[in-house]
Amino acid sequence: MITINNISKSFDGRKVLSDISATFDKGKTNLIIGQSGSGKTVLLKCIVGLLEADEGEVYYNDILFNKLSFDKKKLIRQKMGMLFQGAALFDSMSVEKNVMFPLDMFTEMSKEEKLERANFCLQRVNIINANHLFPDEISGGMKKRVAIARAIALNPEFLFCDEPNSGLDPKTSVVIDHLIKDITEEYNITTLVNTHDMNSVMGIGDKVIFIYEGQKWWEGSRNDILDSDNKELNEFVFSSELTRKIKGL
Amino acid sequence: MLVKVFHLFGEYVLFLKKVFSKPEKRKIYLKQTMIEMDKLGFLSIGIVTIISFFMGAVITLQTAYNIENPFLPSYLIGVGTRDSILLEFSSTVIGLILAGKVGSNIASEIGTMRVSEQIDALEIMGINSASYLVLPKIIATMLFNPFLTMLSMVVGIIGGWSVGVFTGVVSTQQYIDGIRYAFVPFYITYALIKMVFFAFIITTISSFYGYRVQGGSLEVGKASTNAVVMSSIFILLFNLLLTQLLLS
Repeated sequence: MITINNISKSFDGRKVLSDISATFDKGKTNLIIGQSGSGKTVLLKCIVGLLEADEGEVYYNDILFNKLSFDKKKLIRQKMGMLFQGAALFDSMSVEKNVMFPLDMFTEMSKEEKLERANFCLQRVNIINANHLFPDEISGGMKKRVAIARAIALNPEFLFCDEPNSGLDPKTSVVIDHLIKDITEEYNITTLVNTHDMNSVMGIGDKVIFIYEGQKWWEGSRNDILDSDNKELNEFVFSSELTRKIKGL
Repeated sequence: MLVKVFHLFGEYVLFLKKVFSKPEKRKIYLKQTMIEMDKLGFLSIGIVTIISFFMGAVITLQTAYNIENPFLPSYLIGVGTRDSILLEFSSTVIGLILAGKVGSNIASEIGTMRVSEQIDALEIMGINSASYLVLPKIIATMLFNPFLTMLSMVVGIIGGWSVGVFTGVVSTQQYIDGIRYAFVPFYITYALIKMVFFAFIITTISSFYGYRVQGGSLEVGKASTNAVVMSSIFILLFNLLLTQLLLS
């Protein structure tokens, strides 16, 4: 479980996040949604510690993460997996080496065991016969799946996904969404997904937090969205002609 | 302006502190050091050889032109070529060339990793990205670049001899006599010490500029340029300081 209390962050005097508190449950797909520039990526980076929040606390299973020393943070980070917007696979390594990398760094497994684990993770995300290809030789959707395989290689407790569907076609997006949801439930992971893709919200959002102008504006499940009378949320979620008709706006 | 310079220097010191922290897994770092030796050192042999040969040749011809005097013995051409190569060319000029080749390579590689979030991916895994990416490069260049200096010395002197004999400005015997005349072995040590410092300067400054890139490909290009410029300036500054310290 991840808990954040009163997170605030400013850049050059401009407030990007203001007093955000939330709890993200284990075994659930927790979504942070909001318009581009609303502050959701900054919030995610504050949660994982890539940015330091000006104020507030981030707890990982009751451990106050953002006040830990660099070395102690490293121990918590070994329990994290992250899928970046652009996949962030290491260019100089093959698909297989990318997935094996965290195992090389943090385990004492033999080469055969690491290979077996890497193959298991790659098969889990339906990557077959691509072990020796390099990131620039595979498609965007495959890159995302390899990045998920790398993220789950060490059996993480926490999975973070920053815009997992950006740059993907709708069909591949659905595949990635369901993969994230299945893995979350299968391994009982606390998953946080940063997205503005409404298909993801309605498809996998066990818990949804809507960020508007750097503040937490709304919180609920995907089913609650349909009944919500929050003006800003409705304008964001039901922005297309089709969704407005569905909602009856 | 001065505040900005101090701020940048402070950032550089903090960056070095992060780089020289305890490695996560020594075996992996050792493997990375070997890879970097190949990439940053071994692949520079070609350019160092070509430039050293031609520079040795030019130094010989210029020395011959400058001492065209019946009262000066021809073996001085060998002396001039040797001292120019040993004292300055094989360390400082090769250092500047490597700042261009290796420095831009390091800055653009690390800068691209930064903008494509690969460095963030390392951090999320609990890896000290600065140490993992930079420390093997520092060790690799500090170990390998002195070999490039020695190679440059040998090839430069061969270049000077071959062109000197081919153009007839000096005979083989006179050239060899000049190379051996009043030879000071410490000049080689001096050149190697300088190159070790230059290797450190090139690698750390270039990595620092690459590591702090923010933005996109345009910023990576700027970081690469800044890395080469700042490395070159510090090579020249340290050349002056080390010469005063070691030869005075």
